[in-house]
Amino acid sequence: MSTITEPATATRTLANQYFAGLARWSIWEILFWAALVGLFFVPDANLPLYGQIVIWGLFAMSLDLLLGYRGIPSLGHAAFFGIGGYAAGYLGKFGWTEPISGLVIAALLAGIIGWLTGRLIQRVSGIALLMVTLGLNLILYDIVHRQSGLTGGDDGLQGIEIAPVLGLFRFDIFGRTAYLYALAITFVLFLVARALVKSPFGLALLGARENPRRMIMLGAPLERDVTTVFAIAAAFAGAAGAVLTQTTQFVSPTALSFQRSADVLVILIIGGTGRLYGGFVGAFVFLFLRDWLAELSPVYWYFWIGLLLVVMVAFFRNGIVPSLETLVGRLRRR
Amino acid sequence: MTDPQNSPILEARDLHMAFGGLVVFERLNFALGRGERHAIIGPNGAGKTTFVSLVTGLLRPTSGDVLFDGRVITQETPQQRVKAGIARTFQINSLFKALNPLASLVIALAQRDGRANVSLRSVSRERKLIDEANELLVKFGLAGDALTVTETLPYGKQRLLEVALAFALRPQLLLLDEPAAGLSTAQGHELFRQLAVLTADTTVLFIEHDMNLVFRYADRVSVFAAGALVVQGTPDQIRTHARVREVYLGT
Repeated sequence: MSTITEPATATRTLANQYFAGLARWSIWEILFWAALVGLFFVPDANLPLYGQIVIWGLFAMSLDLLLGYRGIPSLGHAAFFGIGGYAAGYLGKFGWTEPISGLVIAALLAGIIGWLTGRLIQRVSGIALLMVTLGLNLILYDIVHRQSGLTGGDDGLQGIEIAPVLGLFRFDIFGRTAYLYALAITFVLFLVARALVKSPFGLALLGARENPRRMIMLGAPLERDVTTVFAIAAAFAGAAGAVLTQTTQFVSPTALSFQRSADVLVILIIGGTGRLYGGFVGAFVFLFLRDWLAELSPVYWYFWIGLLLVVMVAFFRNGIVPSLETLVGRLRRR
Repeated sequence: MTDPQNSPILEARDLHMAFGGLVVFERLNFALGRGERHAIIGPNGAGKTTFVSLVTGLLRPTSGDVLFDGRVITQETPQQRVKAGIARTFQINSLFKALNPLASLVIALAQRDGRANVSLRSVSRERKLIDEANELLVKFGLAGDALTVTETLPYGKQRLLEVALAFALRPQLLLLDEPAAGLSTAQGHELFRQLAVLTADTTVLFIEHDMNLVFRYADRVSVFAAGALVVQGTPDQIRTHARVREVYLGT
């Protein structure tokens, strides 16, 4: 608490540089996306698996907006993934085969239902929030599961047709178009999410995550912001579900099962919350392990995932991406 | 009420406040003049913090009214009251622990100026907000800690940030709930000395236990005891008031 005489200009430059630095693309980010594009050109690459990873990464990123940036946990996020997935499925089944517009419609529908859900939960917090999100997910699952005349029940929705992307690129059996389509959609939505979390609105989300009472005393419309971010996260989850349906021409109730909600939470926590990239890294680890372990021991692979979680908590408490950041930070300081 | 210069900026009319069976205020009447630096003192449990929460809207009275600028605000949300020009600090620091002071102040300023709606515009383009946040950091002696994670700052600096966040809103009425709590005597005096300069044209209502600070920096003092306003006056009147000595100063 010294009397203040220091020149403000030096610190002002520093302050502007700080926010500019947050907005700037780091070399790691560029390498990350370049690597995903590069996978396409690797001979004999398992593109269907990579496509799944990208879609799960997008799905986990949508949960990160809620959990990592706003501090809202959800045990029912697959509900929106499923809504998007089924919406895209019905569109394809009943003649709206153009994929991009189908995806936009599916994401908007998921977003609208997310907005309504947000209105419902905007005053709820903590354990009650887990119960409400889980409950809504279970209700939706049960409806889809039971209305087998409409949804195909456990057999899933059959007869989905998707036209070539931009009228040019047909979805092929090697998953080449599917991979690029999933990657392109994911990248565009990532850009939106990235800009969002680095905007003043994103900063307000962080503030509300850290201290809602203070945000109230700054005049922040807390409840409106919760509803907004819930709608956005739901729309992104819906887009992920839609891409999965479109690239596989299939959707079944597992798309909105509780298991899926739990898996996406595990993926995000493995990768690390509040980073946007955590979900992608988590998806990579999770799906790669699942693929590999399922070959080794098809029945027991969840045992190994469980073990991984326990080890993770012991060694990388905050998830992979934050732990790597800390490590790189330490190495730099030396 | 015809002359806005002389009408009180804040008024409590027949405030009744009870938590279940526990009555905090029976019938509180209180008025705060424009431009005053007004201290509320009183023993623990006198209802000082409850009163601040009733003014900011974190609590609603059982009956009675709160008026701000001559307007009844009893039913308004805390956010509406902030927009009307009331800001507060908390007795226990209420900060954004994982963020740094610079980001914290930008959050406050973005809310004040209504710049935090959904957008894809980077914070880095909000030059005016960043520059103002920086000026505030300099004013409060936090410029050297602009990028330090708040929870790792020394307590005294966190206390300054607590005040800076409320001050950033450019309130008409600033409510400070024991701003010097946890500070050393020297730090407390330093904080109040700075506040006296910074808030020269703001109405300030503060709760404080340290009588030296109260008598030195307040131009009016209200004494609360057992949910009632015992007496109101200048520091000199309060110091020599018989009932104050009895209920509060203990002699």
